[in-house]
Parts: sequence; C-alpha cells; structure tokens
Amino acid sequence: MGQDVQEKVKEIISKQLGIDIAQVKSEASFVEDLGADSLDTVELVMAFEEAFGVQIPDEDAEKITKVQDAIDYIQKKLDQK
Amino acid sequence: MVLKERKVVVTGVGLITPVGTGKEKAWNNIINGVCGIGPLTRFSDPLMPVRIAGEVADFDPLQYISVKDVKKMDRFIHFAVGAADMAIEDAALKITSENANRVGVLIGSGIGGLPAIESYCKAYMENGYKKVSPFFIPMLIINLAAGNVSIRCGAKGPNSSVATACATGSHAIGDAYKIIQRGDADAMIAGGTESVITPLAVGGFAIMKALSRRNDEPHRASRPFDLNRDGFVVSEGAGIVVLEELEHALNRGARIYAEVVGYGMTGDAYHITAPSIDGDGAYRCMAIALNDGNVSPEEVDYINAHGTSTKFNDELETIAIKKLFKEHAYKLAVSSTKSMTGHLLGAAGGVESIFCALALHYGIIPPTINLDTPDPECDLDYVAHKARKVDINFALCNSFGFGGTNACILFKRFNQT
Repeated sequence: MGQDVQEKVKEIISKQLGIDIAQVKSEASFVEDLGADSLDTVELVMAFEEAFGVQIPDEDAEKITKVQDAIDYIQKKLDQK
Repeated sequence: MVLKERKVVVTGVGLITPVGTGKEKAWNNIINGVCGIGPLTRFSDPLMPVRIAGEVADFDPLQYISVKDVKKMDRFIHFAVGAADMAIEDAALKITSENANRVGVLIGSGIGGLPAIESYCKAYMENGYKKVSPFFIPMLIINLAAGNVSIRCGAKGPNSSVATACATGSHAIGDAYKIIQRGDADAMIAGGTESVITPLAVGGFAIMKALSRRNDEPHRASRPFDLNRDGFVVSEGAGIVVLEELEHALNRGARIYAEVVGYGMTGDAYHITAPSIDGDGAYRCMAIALNDGNVSPEEVDYINAHGTSTKFNDELETIAIKKLFKEHAYKLAVSSTKSMTGHLLGAAGGVESIFCALALHYGIIPPTINLDTPDPECDLDYVAHKARKVDINFALCNSFGFGGTNACILFKRFNQT
C-alpha cells in the first residue's frame, strides 16, 4: 500500500509539473527543486485530493512543501479512513 | 525644432486561421479562393440552429508551449503565443537585454477565455469552489495573451491589450503603430486572437440572428456583398505582426512587408450592435486614417473590407466607401477575405491587416469568394471569385465592432532596395 501511494504521488507530480518521474525524488521541494510556483502547488494539492479521494484543508496544504510531505500526509489520511 | 517623424513598418507576420496556420499556407489558400469553413465539431447540440464554423484544425499548442504551461492558458492564449512566435521568427527579431525595454506587446481579444469560463462554471456549480483551477483567472483574462507572449519572448516595453469586439485586432495594431511613432517603443508585437467556438458564444450570436444558417453548404455560407448572404460565420484564430520603427528595421537588415502610414478610430454613438446610419462611423474612420497618412482617397488601391456577410454591415460599409471615395470608389478594389476565413471576431483585424501587408508586398489582391449574385445595393468591385495580380501602393484595412467601435489602418507599399 505504502509503495503504491509513493508511486502515485510521484506520478501526479510528474504529470502536473511536466517533469520526468526520475527527477521527483522524495526529498525534493516543489518550489525550490521542481520549479513549481505558488499556483502550481495549489493545483498539485487539488490533484492529490482528486486522485486519493481525500480532503486537504488549506492549513494542512500549506505545510506540504516536499514530495515526502505529500506522501506522508496522504498515507496518514488513508490510514484514518 | 522639427523632429523627424518616426516611420513604422511591418517586418514579421504570424497567422493561425481556418485556412491554415503559418504565413505560406494561409496566404496561398487566400489567394486561391480556398474556404476554411466547415461543420462545427467543437461541441454538439441538436437544438442549435447553427452547425458551421471556421475551426482551426492544424495548430498544435505543444509545438510552442510546454505540457505544464498549456493547461494554464485558454485556447485564445495558445493562439497568441503561437502566432507571436511565428511573427518574431519571421521578422528574425532578436530580443536581448540591450533592446528588451524598447520592445512591447499589444495583443487583444474580443471575448477572451469563454471556453474556460463555461467549463469552470460547470465545475463550480457541480462541486463547489475547490474544483476551480488556480489558473482559471490567468487562463481567461484578455491581457494574459500579451502577458504570456512577453514572458516567453522577454519583451519588457509597453504591455497591454484591447477589447473592442470585432475591431480588436486593428485597434491593437493601430495603437501599437502610434506607440512606436511617438517614441515609446522601437518594436511592437501586436494583433488579435480569438477562440470562442463554444455553446454559449455560438448560441449568443445565433439568438441575435447574426450567424449564417447555411448549414448544408459550409463553403458557401460566408458570402459578403452577395444578395443571398444570411449572416457571418464564427471562426477562430490569431493574426499577430511585428511592427518596427523604420531605422531600427533597416539597421538590422530586416525584410519589410509594408509601411503603416495611417490609423483612424471612431465611435458610432448610435447602437449596441447595429452600424450607424449611412455607415457614418466607418466613413469618418476611413477619412481619419487617410488624413493621418496624408493620403488622398484617389491614391487608395485596395480596401480589405470588414465585409462580414451580414445584411447591414456589407450594405452600410459600401455606402461609407462610396461617400468617402466618390467616383474612385468604383475604381478601387474592395474584397472581404472573411468569405474564406469566416469572422475571426477579435482576431479579424490582425489577420486582415496581415493580408493587406502581404497584398502590397506580393502585388496580389485576394478575392471575395461566393459573390455569385451581387446585391444591387453593393455595387463596387469586390474582386469576385479570383485573386488579382496587380501592384498596388496603398491598402486600407477596415474593422468595425459591436458597441459602434471602428478602426481603419492604412498600409503603404515599401520599396526595399
């Protein structure tokens, strides 16, 4: 399951930001390493919500700045389901 | 002290039209009388009385814009970016840190991002605000065409847009000409872009009875000045030019298509959609353009008419031409390329300004196709059916929009030695 979330999150990031999936490393920051701007990050969170069927409140979304943050957050949300 | 007047020339063109993307293809089709109108495929509504349109079929935004950025722009912005890229490349204009502050962008659109509005309106109504893209606003607002072009090409001079309905493209090029003439820039990327082949736009024009319903004969639907015309055909595309101050162009050895020598703009102050009585606004607009260029009516060889194929426009434009040009009205050539492209709305003036510049450059006047039964009220030489090979010196581009807004640009042949 954990592996699936990681794969899927990376796939979404790769698609949304138009970058190769190999570049989407767990420690990468959306803005600093992957070239996203503030609007891209909003759209990314929307894509996560859609793909995993979870709600990510704005105050939580602001804390998701790295690939690993997204994976951990979504995993936690799914575990609570 | 008398300052030497700054002259302005056209050095690059970018075309995206229903008769083709790119200068060569579009111009070849225009001078060969090829019609770009066909069945409307963008959406399907069996109750819609209009099922024809001038769709652009050969433009791939990914040739110009990355996958990541394509989804942040509505189609009218894709067109603007594509056509601007073509124009800059055609002009071989290099925008560097040295000249960036002196190169501007002025691109307009009549309606802007209506496709995005329709699609996100639906998303919002169904699932609330969290389904609205963070790119929704920048994807639809009109000046983002100019904004995105400047971001891509690095032009840091004047950056603006116009929204004057079907006169937009001509106002953009005319205003850009004045910006260069008065010294606020040395080069401007200017024109119009439009893409609103959507249920709401087609429905809105159709309910006004503005559109042709000749659904079974798309190629014959746009027939300006013909007795059996029954409205315009909605089309999409973009026409964007590079305008440059003459010395700037000559110093870098640029190829020059034509000179811009006059610009007129007037308001009808009459009605929200109907042209003014006797085409008064159009008449005054053409007169101002000629006066601005210090050119007498007898010197004008060709008018690329607004010629929409609606009853009122074609009749009143003809009256206005006759009032201004008198006997010479019967000697000059008038044609409506909308007979082939359909009506590109805010992009029309951009595309048709380019056709004027190319007519002067190549010595070929494009035809008005489908003019099978001339309307007795429209009795000028409309270059029916076939293009005419003839060297011309002055060409006028007419564009008139809802709201009673008019723009005319006067182009002059440039003899490059």
